[in-house]
Amino acid sequence: MSNTSKKPDWSKPAAMALPKGGYFPNRVEQGRYGPIFPKTPANYGFTIIAKIIPGREPAFYEYAQRIEKAVADAPDCLAVLKLHYLRWVLFPIKGETYFMYQGIFDTDFDKYTEDAVAIFTSTGLRTVFENLEGFPEDWQTNPAAFARFVREHQCPSFLEYGEYPFVSADEIKKALALKASFSTMLDQMQ
Amino acid sequence: MLDFDDIQHILLTRAPALNGRYVFVSFRDAEGGRAWLSTLLETVHSARAMRESVARDRRWVTLAFTWNGLRALGVDEASLATFPDEFKQGMVARAEILGDTGENHPEHWVDGTASPELHAIVILFARDAEERARCVAQHDELLARHESVRVLSTLDLEATPPFDYAHDHFGYRDRLSQPVIEGSGDVPTPGSGGFIKAGEFILGYPDESGPGPALPQPEILSRNGTFMAYRRLEEHVGRFRSFLREHGQTPEEQELVAAKLMGRWRSGAPLVLAPERDDPALGADPQRNNDFGYKEQDPHGYAVPLGTHIRRMNPRDTAANMSRRRMIRRGATYGPPLPEGAPDDGVERGIAAFVICASLIRQFEFAQSVWVNDKNFHELGNERDPIIGNQDGTLEYKIPKRPIRKKITGLPAFTSVRGGAYFFLPGLRALRWLAALGRAPS
Repeated sequence: MSNTSKKPDWSKPAAMALPKGGYFPNRVEQGRYGPIFPKTPANYGFTIIAKIIPGREPAFYEYAQRIEKAVADAPDCLAVLKLHYLRWVLFPIKGETYFMYQGIFDTDFDKYTEDAVAIFTSTGLRTVFENLEGFPEDWQTNPAAFARFVREHQCPSFLEYGEYPFVSADEIKKALALKASFSTMLDQMQ
Repeated sequence: MLDFDDIQHILLTRAPALNGRYVFVSFRDAEGGRAWLSTLLETVHSARAMRESVARDRRWVTLAFTWNGLRALGVDEASLATFPDEFKQGMVARAEILGDTGENHPEHWVDGTASPELHAIVILFARDAEERARCVAQHDELLARHESVRVLSTLDLEATPPFDYAHDHFGYRDRLSQPVIEGSGDVPTPGSGGFIKAGEFILGYPDESGPGPALPQPEILSRNGTFMAYRRLEEHVGRFRSFLREHGQTPEEQELVAAKLMGRWRSGAPLVLAPERDDPALGADPQRNNDFGYKEQDPHGYAVPLGTHIRRMNPRDTAANMSRRRMIRRGATYGPPLPEGAPDDGVERGIAAFVICASLIRQFEFAQSVWVNDKNFHELGNERDPIIGNQDGTLEYKIPKRPIRKKITGLPAFTSVRGGAYFFLPGLRALRWLAALGRAPS
């Protein structure tokens, strides 16, 4: 359960310092697959860092093409995850290639773990994770193993900032739609 | 092909019962528990037996076990370890995830189901009170012969009058939207969402995502079995009726308030199809009373508020992967009806129900945490399910209306959780296997 009843002022930018490990020890919320990282002014998010299987770099670039096409073909294919942004990065450490996957979204990941697994299967998002060391072979039928991998490779933030804190992507889209409606109204008033 | 001879009847059929009793038991020792089980399992109908003899039978029995109960009967640790974590932990350990906090916390449960000593449930559905009394006497005799089986509590179920249709103590028509398993022989009513693969509800069959997860071991124990969440929900009828009076001046207005909480009129007529006034003929017609969606027909909730009970429990075309979230509901009402106009008498009454699904975490727990108790479901900000959500008097309920929505603040709790547990519902072969554990192979 998310505690989103508080209504912070979106016009007041905010930063939140987070304890080591990512959880506030006295208020850890339990999700179905384990503890939930707290919501911050930058909403929920993850930063997954994992080593790639040596020599697999080309698969990541092919994957980028595939995702670009999947989203172009079905713009709502990721809607259920309530995302703001996703970033995929490859970087070297001592000659070995690592992968960073960072997402900012409006729900705790725990809620939609199974939906995420389903999306991974249907959109081809899967391929990138299958090129990471230690990714569970039975992930398609074992959401718990999938969630465990994500948790084990999650690097929690120690500081997060929001220029418009706690605002959801849906609220932003509603505000833009309202702005467009007002523009239309003003046009009609001419 | 479904194994109708092995699957317990409750999974596929609904008994035509007006009365019933749930018996919660604990085993002092494995041998005694297995001896009791050996006798009692002879009374359990398979799905096929139930269908063939339902016209002449007068009682139907179901048996299910907690994880502690499987251990108490002698299932070995290696097998126990292969069951899903949420079942191993049990409903009490999952309380925060389920929203069972505050007044709903297991420490307030009244029936011993929060105890780790809860090992099994016997579900009896009977055609009438006389048949129930006969069965109870028979079971009492059996218990007298097996002192190592201790009864933690019992709960008597009584249908609520009038008996011509199923409804709860608040008066809402029930059993309107049930998933239909592919191969079960049943046909979904219009709007009920098509056939669902058996593996969503029964272990050992393909599910909506593929061949299905690995089975708990040994397979003879798990195949044709499934999981079952038990919920004993007290309904605060006096409080509910006061609320309707507070928010509706006339009986018609009060009916509309009741409908706006549920998403259906108490007759069962869905607000999407009957937004202005009740239509009892629609409510009673299974060919029409479930045939609607939200995405096109009511996207903003002007007919059915976004936070209604039915919109949360079955978002239909406004949620992803619905076929992976369906659940079978069984159960009945308990306690005496509160006569219309009578003040609350302090007697507990409510619904004691089972949610049956192949994965408690993916189906039941998802529904509880993401649909029922997420304050921000559909961006609502500060609401929970108005009927079964955890309400502590601080939340609100919004009813969309032009030009300005109606917002009710401080929604009271109309229900409270009074008991609950996770059970494994084995197939008939598995029941016999459990009863024979520890016996030398012949």
